[in-house]
Amino acid sequence: MATLQIRDLHVSVITDEAPIEILRGVDLTISSNETHAIMGPNGSGKSTLAYSLAGHPKYRVTRGSVTLDGEDVLGMTVDARARAGLFLAMQYPVEVPGVSTSNFLRTAATAVRGSAPPVRTWVKEVKTAMTDLDIDPEFAERSVNEGFSGGEKKRHEILQLSLLKPKIAILDETDSGLDVDALRVVAEGVNRYKTQSAEGEGVGIMLITHYTRILRYIHPDRVHVFAGGRIVESGGPDLADELESSGYVRFVGAPAAAL
Amino acid sequence: MSASTTPLLIDGAPRHDDQHGLNGHSHVGGRTVRSAPVESHLHPIGSADLAHHPVPSGHEEIWRFTPLRRLRGLHESVPLDGDVTVDVTAPDSVRVSHLTGAEALAIRGISGYLPGDRPAARAWHDAEQTVLVDVPPGLEFTEPVAISVHGDSIQAATATHLVVRLGAQAQATVTVSQTGSVTLVDTTEIVVGEGARLTFVAMGEWADDAVQLAYHHVKVGRDATVKHVSLAFGGDLVRVAATAAYDGPGGDIDLLGLYFADAGQHLEHRLFVDHAVPHCRSRALYKGALQGKSARTVWIGDVLIRKAAEGTDTYEMNRNLVLTAGARADSVPNLEIETGEIVGAGHASATGRFDDEQLFYLLSRGIPAEVAKRLVVRGFFGEVLQRIGVGPIVDHAAEIIERELAITGM
Repeated sequence: MATLQIRDLHVSVITDEAPIEILRGVDLTISSNETHAIMGPNGSGKSTLAYSLAGHPKYRVTRGSVTLDGEDVLGMTVDARARAGLFLAMQYPVEVPGVSTSNFLRTAATAVRGSAPPVRTWVKEVKTAMTDLDIDPEFAERSVNEGFSGGEKKRHEILQLSLLKPKIAILDETDSGLDVDALRVVAEGVNRYKTQSAEGEGVGIMLITHYTRILRYIHPDRVHVFAGGRIVESGGPDLADELESSGYVRFVGAPAAAL
Repeated sequence: MSASTTPLLIDGAPRHDDQHGLNGHSHVGGRTVRSAPVESHLHPIGSADLAHHPVPSGHEEIWRFTPLRRLRGLHESVPLDGDVTVDVTAPDSVRVSHLTGAEALAIRGISGYLPGDRPAARAWHDAEQTVLVDVPPGLEFTEPVAISVHGDSIQAATATHLVVRLGAQAQATVTVSQTGSVTLVDTTEIVVGEGARLTFVAMGEWADDAVQLAYHHVKVGRDATVKHVSLAFGGDLVRVAATAAYDGPGGDIDLLGLYFADAGQHLEHRLFVDHAVPHCRSRALYKGALQGKSARTVWIGDVLIRKAAEGTDTYEMNRNLVLTAGARADSVPNLEIETGEIVGAGHASATGRFDDEQLFYLLSRGIPAEVAKRLVVRGFFGEVLQRIGVGPIVDHAAEIIERELAITGM
């Protein structure tokens, strides 16, 4: 049983001029076997929350705390956070030319698991995980994310989720840019990992999205509306239904993009 | 990496990728400079007549990056009468001739090459012999033709001339390994026949005191495919000018390069692809790393698409990784386009430290900082190594890069 606890988190983005405050007091607790949807209009700070938790150097925490099972996450380096059990599926996964996907996956798994997985079981594990996500085995020899389509990049993120087996997974707009078929494959991948991990310690999921579409596939236990850099309302799955019909108007005071 | 806020890109130049319609521009240390649309150095007119090539002052466009005082007079009048050893190991059916006298002179320019500057013109006349490697039409070799060039002294300057000729539909790999101490002007003419396929690799592993001015010219035949690779690691000053022109439509050339400059080294590459024929393709991918005080690299990538060259497809990329302070990389891609009827023309150039987004991505997967840096740096070179495709050369280059990286403790 793992718990991610975010308390009064204030974060500024570093710019060439003065830092700009984006997060203004986020409070959120996510435990194993819970799925929390964070929904909000563009520019509300959802991605900043995701990247700050992962430790991106562009963001500076100015106040508040984040703990994972009581351990201070903000004091950890980026890689230590991942090894502690945090995983961020990025909205825009980065291309790393010249580094093969297979080498990358094995290096990451070795780091997160604490020792190199035995070659024979590892090869099988990767193959199965790739098949589950409809990923061509030929991808293993390609450079990380290089020349991948948008949908391929998102599937590759979920592939890493299933291999690195985090305690807490942050999915940042994993649904953006996906057609219905690709969305279903990706959502099934997330659900498969939820089910598998529930037999053990379980996984807590923070599902960041602008649209309710993905919630038809990945069912949230809690829905939080994010606006102006913090959570302005929390509720059950029915809150998502309300957002679907009424949009973010009630929370931001102006019509937002259609859901 | 801690939650540091310092951007890891130290050069002002942003990662830059763009496609051009009509005019080129270049990036010099982060600034954007328009390339002159007329009378640019992109229309070089060669000449074998030494009178056409006065001693350069260093202010000329083609010399402004090169420290002339370190050329030991190669650009002036120092005699080119020294010695280097040239050995060729080739399969039996490849004809290798060492031509001298009138025979040697007669074959110079067979690729359409003419000297474009004074050292080149001097070498044209002064090189004692021409080594001709002749691959007959239709023959395919998997075993490379291995040429070694070795010098024992920097005292007497030398000029060499090599001609590599592939007959129609032939397929071959030619490697040139360059070692030892030299003060050298070497000219290599490469003629690739119709439908032929050539991989040519020049590996520069000179001793620390070597000075080399290299001139490579490739004539790409109709439907021919050429991979031209320059690997520059050793030497005090190495300047490689690689030029290419097409002899018929369907020609395709990949220009690949890797260089690694240490303290005090000057490694310069100047590429020029002359698209004067329709439906040809060119790609340039050069990557370099620099470490140590006054390590210096220069990369000039000139591409000219003439009016007749409709259907041209060209892209060039140069990336430089600055590993320590005190090193300087210049990167200047120039593109000049005289017809709009092309498939594509573009370039990208960037110089900096580690790509911080790549590093973050690896770190965020739990990979420790030291391992992540190693992966990113090796990936940086790996992108070029993967494309060379000549196993022993790739392995050897990878070893040299490991040795170089060990210097900075990478």
